[in-house]
Amino acid sequence: MSVVDTIKEQIENNAILLYMKGTPRFPQCGFSSRAVEAVMSCGERFAFVNILENPDIRAELPKYANWPTFPQLWINGELVGGCDIICEMAATGELKEMIAAAAQASGDDA
Amino acid sequence: MSVAEQLENLLQAGLNIQHIQLENESHMHSGPATESHFKLVLVSADFEGRRLVQRHQQVYGLVAELMQNPIHALALHLHTPEEWVARNGEVPLSPTCKGGSKVDKG
Repeated sequence: MSVVDTIKEQIENNAILLYMKGTPRFPQCGFSSRAVEAVMSCGERFAFVNILENPDIRAELPKYANWPTFPQLWINGELVGGCDIICEMAATGELKEMIAAAAQASGDDA
Repeated sequence: MSVAEQLENLLQAGLNIQHIQLENESHMHSGPATESHFKLVLVSADFEGRRLVQRHQQVYGLVAELMQNPIHALALHLHTPEEWVARNGEVPLSPTCKGGSKVDKG
């Protein structure tokens, strides 16, 4: 399977997906750390991909997403944004609403 | 020309800018580079009616030739003039480094 197909599959199969440097427990970049903290504070299960351990995805995703850096939060197959957008949406409460809705919708499907 | 100047030139060429604040935050991160991490605050009427992700993509697109090399991180705070007034010109602080480049060979 090509890298782009892998990315598409990940995005399609995970309603809430964070591409980040490191893991939620051990983030290895300040921006990823802040982003994952904001996502975790929403209290729903989410998937993550550590791009430091997936160099192919790290190389391809920025082109596919038209977004040059990490972290990247994808919800329902759509790019929501990076650290700045995630944190801004967390501050307004919009992130929690969006994540709760996505979690509920994907739970309904299962 | 410094990276900051190149960045500002590209932005001025592509956007109608009302207010620009560009900070070099490279000192907050590990690694030898001195022009790698920036924080950019932009206020432009061009952002009106565009979602945050679209605004960011537009700005990243304008400065694409500088991204990855030499710029490693570009924190963006993009507002319309109206939003900028509403938030009183407040800009969040950027995070400090967590040492990713030490394990990061990419």
